[in-house]
Amino acid sequence: MKSHLKEGQKVQGAEIICECILRHGVKYIFGYPGGANIPIYDALYKFPEIHHVLVRHEQGAAHAAEGYAWATNKPAVCFATSGPGATNLVTGLADAMMDSIPMVAITGQVPSPLIGTDAFQETDVVGVTTAITKHNYLVTKAEDIAPTLYDAFYLACHGRPGPVLVDISKDAQAAYAEFHIPEKVTHQDFKVKTKATPEELEKMAALLNEAEKPLIIAGHGVLLSGDGKTLTQVAENQNIPVTLTQQALSVLPYSHPLFMGMPGMHGNVAANRGPLFADIILAVGMRFHDRVTGKVSSYAPQAKIIHIDIDPSELGKLVQPYLSVAGDAKAVLNQLLPLLKPKNNPKWLAIFAAWKKEEDEKVHQNELNAPHLKSAQVVDELSRQTEGKAIIVGDVGQNQMYSARYYHFETYNSWYNSGGAGTMGFALPAGIGAKFALPEREVWIVIGDGGIQMTLQEMATIKQENLDIKIALLNNNYLGMVRQWQELFYKGNYSEVSLKNPNFQKLSEGFGIPALKATNKNQMKEAIKKARSHKGPFLVEFVVEAEENVFPMIPAGAGIDEMVVSKEDIK
Amino acid sequence: MKNLSTIIIWSHNKPGVFYRILWLFRRKQFNIETATVGHTEKPGITRFTITVSGDKQAVLNMTKQISKLVDVVRVEDVPDEKLIFRELAMLKVDATKRDDRLEILEIAKHFRAKVISYVPEKMVLKLTGEEDKIDAFYENMKRFKILEFVRTGRTALFK
Repeated sequence: MKSHLKEGQKVQGAEIICECILRHGVKYIFGYPGGANIPIYDALYKFPEIHHVLVRHEQGAAHAAEGYAWATNKPAVCFATSGPGATNLVTGLADAMMDSIPMVAITGQVPSPLIGTDAFQETDVVGVTTAITKHNYLVTKAEDIAPTLYDAFYLACHGRPGPVLVDISKDAQAAYAEFHIPEKVTHQDFKVKTKATPEELEKMAALLNEAEKPLIIAGHGVLLSGDGKTLTQVAENQNIPVTLTQQALSVLPYSHPLFMGMPGMHGNVAANRGPLFADIILAVGMRFHDRVTGKVSSYAPQAKIIHIDIDPSELGKLVQPYLSVAGDAKAVLNQLLPLLKPKNNPKWLAIFAAWKKEEDEKVHQNELNAPHLKSAQVVDELSRQTEGKAIIVGDVGQNQMYSARYYHFETYNSWYNSGGAGTMGFALPAGIGAKFALPEREVWIVIGDGGIQMTLQEMATIKQENLDIKIALLNNNYLGMVRQWQELFYKGNYSEVSLKNPNFQKLSEGFGIPALKATNKNQMKEAIKKARSHKGPFLVEFVVEAEENVFPMIPAGAGIDEMVVSKEDIK
Repeated sequence: MKNLSTIIIWSHNKPGVFYRILWLFRRKQFNIETATVGHTEKPGITRFTITVSGDKQAVLNMTKQISKLVDVVRVEDVPDEKLIFRELAMLKVDATKRDDRLEILEIAKHFRAKVISYVPEKMVLKLTGEEDKIDAFYENMKRFKILEFVRTGRTALFK
């Protein structure tokens, strides 16, 4: 582990901040300086091992940190100054909270004698961020910095990960204190149950060994618990069909014969029908989100659900499981594996094959063979050219659904997106973090014309760092997902969804990032090739069909039994 | 107050911990009926006794949420039969009329309420007990001119 300071060395609080970050193995910080965190930036000068990435807006810093955390499964760090700097982090913190992303946000606060006086650039940041952080702290003494930051890093990734914010007053950053590594992290007594009890294991094994129509639904918790190998072994051992929630795509390679797609509002037919007929559902590291279950009363009517999650508050929160097991996804599955009897489910798997075929015929073929350029075709081509091995950083809306549905992920943990919060504009900065974390990987940001304009300024960050990131801009000149709802459920009243967009090519070039525009299939294929062969950032604007709809779809408030496979099915 | 559940929370005595707990109740759309807070036999540990009304599953889910708060050491939703609980009430009543005074003292004696302040024309009574007893006491006192009435809410120990 790299370090600068010796135990007991007396330095400014700001240096202690940098030292704590360094000692937690953090190489990149995403941030923005200001009046209340200048001392930290001054100290950064002494830490050349830490690469600070100057974003253009603090929201970008938070999302970039998220991208970094997605890619590394380690806590990422972002900096902001007091007041507006800190409040600009809010969306990113909320996003990280919803998607269980480990992150330590360090904000500068006005000098402690001024706290509470409505001083210049003062905001009660701890108050503002209580709802959207796992925990937060206000530090007003230099000697409290190290213990607090060690706590923060510990909490960010311990148990269910999440963002932790540490607000540090400017006088604490400037004051001198001895650097000491805390002997004990204060919250180490904050115990998390990670393993299943023998009784729980026995019950789980009995249910699965007797199951005739078993189904696995795996979520982000599987990624967060380390790797998907154990899950794959469990599935293969009993030939259980596996569905992956949107946050867990790429846990299993797309080509794996047991992978049955993604459940949910725009999920795959097989993944949404599975729960209707399954007798045993093994739900791992997922939380039965409303976008996954649809109307809970129609969800999984025949199934006994085994729910494994590290966060006990998720067990029984929405869907009542037959068996609740608080524990780490990987640890529990590792315990379970030796108790399972190898099985085959040929009849059950044949049903899934039929569902897959139905979706392919009714949805995929139409999308991919349509005469006009469609988003699905772009993502499909991207998937083919990259052989499913790229990292896709998705934004929010139709583009996200097309990415999730049509990119065939073959490499583990290669799909980063904003699931719980659904933050438009996430992808551009998150892609920056992802590329820093995994410089050897090919990184594609797939984003819509609405989303890209929400954090557009980060194009400048990409250029400044000369990151080899490719941006696939799916432009339909609409806020497509809202437009789709308005078309289908609001009598076609297109209220405030039409965008008169800038010239994206010129805009990109203005940032110093070369760009191409593709309006038909041939141009699309060529543009992707060109972007891939270009060293450095590149943007391709794909002008896709304006009024395309994502199908299948479970209308909001409907049950999974009411899934609409194509537009003709809408009553 | 029907369906009353008692949630007992032990937490580190850190700044803002009460705020975090109250915020969480609001966030999960729970109405707090009563809350008492104070130090405990363990230095640095604060104990909250909070009563809420809601169905059992909702209360159970709420306790799981509370236990996620970093400063919270332990939280339990405890059934009444496992608890000894008391509430403190104080009542200030107009005692200008002699007849009223006598009658108030009669009622106080019946409920074992104590007179803790008696200035001309005003009497302050203190009463401890379970909620029903305090409710009944208040019902009896209603016909006098009550100047102030305050009750602490339930605080509880395990049997």
